[in-house]
Amino acid sequence: MTEGRKDFSIDGKLIIVEGIDGSGKSTQIRLLEKWLRYIGIPVFFTEWNSSEQIKEIISIGKKKNLLTPTTFSLLHATDFAARYERNIFPLLRAGYVVLADRYIYTAFARDVVRGCSPEWVRNVYSLAVKPDIAFYFKVPVEVSFDRIVKNRPKLKYYEAGMDLNLSNDPYESYRIFQGRIIDEYESMVEPEGLTVIDGTKDIEEQQELMRQKVKEILPQQMHKNVPMPGS
Amino acid sequence: MCLCLEVEGMRQKQQKIRHNSHPIKYYGKGIPYVQDTEVKGRLIVIEGPDASGRSTQIGMLTTKLEADGHAVLNTGLRRSELMGEGIMEAKEEHMLGRKTMSLFYAADFADRLENKILPALRSGYIVLADRYIYTLIARATVRGLNKRWSHQLFGFAIVPDLIFYLDVKAEELVHRVFQKNTFLDYYESGADLGLSDDMYESFIIYQRRMAKEFHNMQKRYNLTLIDGNKPILEINAELQKRIEDFLNKQ
Repeated sequence: MTEGRKDFSIDGKLIIVEGIDGSGKSTQIRLLEKWLRYIGIPVFFTEWNSSEQIKEIISIGKKKNLLTPTTFSLLHATDFAARYERNIFPLLRAGYVVLADRYIYTAFARDVVRGCSPEWVRNVYSLAVKPDIAFYFKVPVEVSFDRIVKNRPKLKYYEAGMDLNLSNDPYESYRIFQGRIIDEYESMVEPEGLTVIDGTKDIEEQQELMRQKVKEILPQQMHKNVPMPGS
Repeated sequence: MCLCLEVEGMRQKQQKIRHNSHPIKYYGKGIPYVQDTEVKGRLIVIEGPDASGRSTQIGMLTTKLEADGHAVLNTGLRRSELMGEGIMEAKEEHMLGRKTMSLFYAADFADRLENKILPALRSGYIVLADRYIYTLIARATVRGLNKRWSHQLFGFAIVPDLIFYLDVKAEELVHRVFQKNTFLDYYESGADLGLSDDMYESFIIYQRRMAKEFHNMQKRYNLTLIDGNKPILEINAELQKRIEDFLNKQ
């Protein structure tokens, strides 16, 4: 999104979380947000598939099972671009800490599992700036399954990856689909520099790790407000 | 006797228009999950600015092709079942940024490509597309988006068999627009670009820039430029001739 313009400076910080459904990433980023607000840092929070105009179209398409992997990918990219152009990028320029629940790596993982070309997906999102920290919450499929699916009577079509014809059983399909997404995430950890968090650990322990990491990148002027342990 | 001959003649014609199937061709990486598809139909694209006479020409071509016994599908931009209305709403509200709009159009195009154009090509239709990716690329480029990004974005598009661009002078276009409407369309005048407070001037500058982008794309995408300043019937005769020559060659 920044192509053709490299002459800007970004004063803010971009911190994002990634991981499969039920990996605990949303809980963690919300806790991070509460903390940053508490210590007086200007924060903006944004999540995947949430821009008003596009969300509705995606939901109609999903209900009617009208989406192909390519339209699925492009609609999510549109949603991302809408949030990026309106919020993420200007707020970063203005010096905010922007917290994103899912970022471009979600598309790199999901769209590729759905059958889009990896190079093509990366080009689509080449418009976005790299995060300052990208946390990847690593959990085995079974943990995600137990947290998300177990007690629900029905799985959603796309959530279970039913469009991929992996299995006629939605629960089995969910397992295979999420397993493949984990493989994609794993392959990105090194090249994309994702910070891996063990999502099976206690909530407090994970949060502590995140805060340590975040403190390191907070600009000096923000940093001075951060109560250090023992002070 | 006479009747027999006529039937025989029709049979020959039917045979002549039966198309050979050929593997689908994409511009870039294509659609990986639709790679080994054979298509029997043909994809013909008519590009050109608003009021360049695209829909008139497509109407006439359709009538002729159908009279010759071809099954024809007409499709245009902004007609996808999924996103058609959304695009209009967003445009009216001027809410979305340029990259967002570009991706939105691409999603709309992908929907039409996969759900309308591709199935029609598989079953042997001649698809007449009222604009294709070139308009979308030109619009994005004129609005400052990186060209390479746009070209790669549309790497999933099928390469058409024929692409015509109706080349009409901006000054001539203005008059044609005013024959249809009493005002110049906001986006077709590039009013979102802040080119000029004078709508007439803005329209001229914008249309010239768009035309320039089409000329730039001519080689890369093998566009056939058609002099759209000529009378309708003359243009139609030229298009028809080129299409017939192409179909007979197959």
